[in-house]
Amino acid sequence: MANNFARMLSSKRNVRILSLIGAGSLTAGFLLNREHVTAGAQARRVYPASAEYPDLRKHNNCMASHLTPAIYAKLVDKTTPNGYSLDQAIQTGVDNPGHPFIKTVGMVAGDEESYEVFADLLDPVIKERHNGYDPQIMTHPTDLDSSKLTSGNFDERYVLSSRVRTGRSIRGLSLPPACTRAERREVERVVVDALAGLKGDLAGTYYSLTHMTDQEQQQLIDDHFLFDKPVSPLLTCSGMARDWPDARGIWHNNTKTFLIWINEEDHTRVISMEKGGNMKRVFDRFCTGLKEVERLIQEKGWEFMWNERLGYILTCPSNLGTGLRAGVHVNLPKLSKDPRFAKILDNLRLQKRGTGGVDTAAVGSTFDISNLDRLGQSEVQLVQTVVDGVNYLIDCEKKLEKGQDIKIPPPFKK
Amino acid sequence: MPFGNTHNNFKLNFKVEEEYPDLTKHNNHMAKVLTKDMYAKLRDKQTPSGFTLDDVIQTGVDNPGHPFIMTVGCVAGDEESYEIFKDLLDPIISDRHSGYKPTDKHKTDLNFENLKGGDDLDPNYVLSSRVRTGRSIKGYTLPPHNSRGERRAVEKLSVEALNTLDGEFKGKYYPLNKMTDAEQEQLIADHFLFDKPVSPLLLGAGMARDWPDARGIWHNDAKSFLVWVNEEDHLRVISMEKGGNMKEVFRRFCVGLKRIEETFKKHNHGFMWNEHLGYVLTCPSNLGTGLRGGVHVKLPKLSTHPKFEEILTRLRLQKRGTGGVDTASVGGVFDISNADRLGSSEVAQVQMVVDGVKLMVEMEKKLEKGEAIDGMIPAQK
Repeated sequence: MANNFARMLSSKRNVRILSLIGAGSLTAGFLLNREHVTAGAQARRVYPASAEYPDLRKHNNCMASHLTPAIYAKLVDKTTPNGYSLDQAIQTGVDNPGHPFIKTVGMVAGDEESYEVFADLLDPVIKERHNGYDPQIMTHPTDLDSSKLTSGNFDERYVLSSRVRTGRSIRGLSLPPACTRAERREVERVVVDALAGLKGDLAGTYYSLTHMTDQEQQQLIDDHFLFDKPVSPLLTCSGMARDWPDARGIWHNNTKTFLIWINEEDHTRVISMEKGGNMKRVFDRFCTGLKEVERLIQEKGWEFMWNERLGYILTCPSNLGTGLRAGVHVNLPKLSKDPRFAKILDNLRLQKRGTGGVDTAAVGSTFDISNLDRLGQSEVQLVQTVVDGVNYLIDCEKKLEKGQDIKIPPPFKK
Repeated sequence: MPFGNTHNNFKLNFKVEEEYPDLTKHNNHMAKVLTKDMYAKLRDKQTPSGFTLDDVIQTGVDNPGHPFIMTVGCVAGDEESYEIFKDLLDPIISDRHSGYKPTDKHKTDLNFENLKGGDDLDPNYVLSSRVRTGRSIKGYTLPPHNSRGERRAVEKLSVEALNTLDGEFKGKYYPLNKMTDAEQEQLIADHFLFDKPVSPLLLGAGMARDWPDARGIWHNDAKSFLVWVNEEDHLRVISMEKGGNMKEVFRRFCVGLKRIEETFKKHNHGFMWNEHLGYVLTCPSNLGTGLRGGVHVKLPKLSTHPKFEEILTRLRLQKRGTGGVDTASVGGVFDISNADRLGSSEVAQVQMVVDGVKLMVEMEKKLEKGEAIDGMIPAQK
């Protein structure tokens, strides 16, 4: 089937339409490398680029650092084949100047082609955000073989819970900042259809946000599963909350250890989690589940957005590559008060968050500790980094309990 | 979104059923009117500047509304929106503006001399008086749709025009992005400073994009005449002062507006106006006069009277808290203003405020003395 369609297709628009009528997106993947992506129609422009260039003097985000007037002028008249424009991609960064201490990304992708059409801006942004990863010359390794993970069982006197999440986008459909209602509903249909095919300990149920009963809603809140309409202006300014709660929902397996969000910040967010310190089992289920879902959508002619330059394609450039955040909630009462804590985390390539997730503060001395990196290393490598790092932190905590001294580890080398 | 219409054309590849929004839980004017057939009919249309049906309705889709308050649920992106999408907007306008028909004509009357009385509202009750309206500059797209270049052009033109004002109107412009801390403090203390909208009704329409670029406040030296640039509309024009002299507030309002309009006309940019819709503004609720004339008035007894709401309705007035729309009253002090915008003139609307407030203050005084007010309740205006 792929070869016949490859001969027929000559433009991205045709590919998309074929995807919609069920012909699948395998051909889209075949065609989707740099040489084949052509921009869409010209954007309307009444004023010259210099009159439209945003005022970024008080801004501190990756987009603002790299969007020179020259790059703006070069890209502002381009659109992706679906019609997504540069101004739309950067709107969130224009509207949210950023924080003096935290450097946000400041832009999003509206579709897979955004990463090609706006590469002159996105490549330097990606390079800054992902530690020097250069999409023009490097390739990203994907490895979901969880059997390679070692020492993935934490001391449960310290580690309260373990979790791995990532995102996946359905090739051929626009991403949340740009998708139409029809596309969003199609994403929901494709994914829910595939999830219905999961069996055994992965078998589960879908709860649509629009049709949820009050009881179901309460249960999902109690389980800490329910996601709500985004309130962060970083997200709302990019347009991803439009039409809420249409075509949004949550799927989880019966044992409540494998969970999928549909149409929040990405087409899908895939989460494997459990109480306790068995990161190995969490990662096993994560990989098995992901591969199973991929197989099921491929049966129907769909596939995930992926390429060897950028790995898995997601809405926010910060989530490219693996899109993976593996973490634990861990109790570190002594270590967290040690002045060397931040440096230790840094050298281990880990970050801390409060137990409510990003933008929250820690409660007591329990922290969410997870990997910093996303792109340039594989899933196995990143989870191993978390495992080794958290084991090191627990070791430090134990040493401090006994009144022994701790060492700052050497900076992490890939 | 402002640029081009490739995205809307892309949507046309999908069936109507797939794109039509789910409005089953919605309670706003747009949701009442927009059937699937109407959506099908209008979805391939766009204004010359590229504003589409989905752009018009997005705020109403994202904000289902409140069971008690009926919001409009749509906005215009340019003057032509009211024409291209009239199948949707005419019934909404009719619903919102008391049955105003597509064939009706709107009367504009900014002759302040036609106002009777208004200089004798009791300042023991009426704490302040204010009249506001909006104006859109012909030839530019509106805040939900405009690009940075366009918004800056509106600012430039407006500031040039305002800086030519003299006499009682001589003043200064304070752009939001260049304000010093001291200036900001002063403007807040004067109750002049407007901030980035937080209401999802406004944010959902895209009018807060690029904040605070090309936004600012102009006011005269006497601090009694004020213009907001590029908030919900191109211009919001405000005349205000402490006390109850609505007559003077309205005089300054009319004279100032006329001066501004003359200046814009000299630059070959008049205001958006037509004889059917009057002054054209972003929200359909502000068509016609775009005028809200009101007072902050102390009505602790009357406001708790069981007939208070009915009295307001009959007088064609509405109440708000002293923080403006969506706020509650504090200490029995209410913001009382005209409910109508379209179908009656500026003079007529301010007259209703003047007469109505005068009556309500008399009612309040009666209630203070323990007397009944049943005989004073007016017929429906």
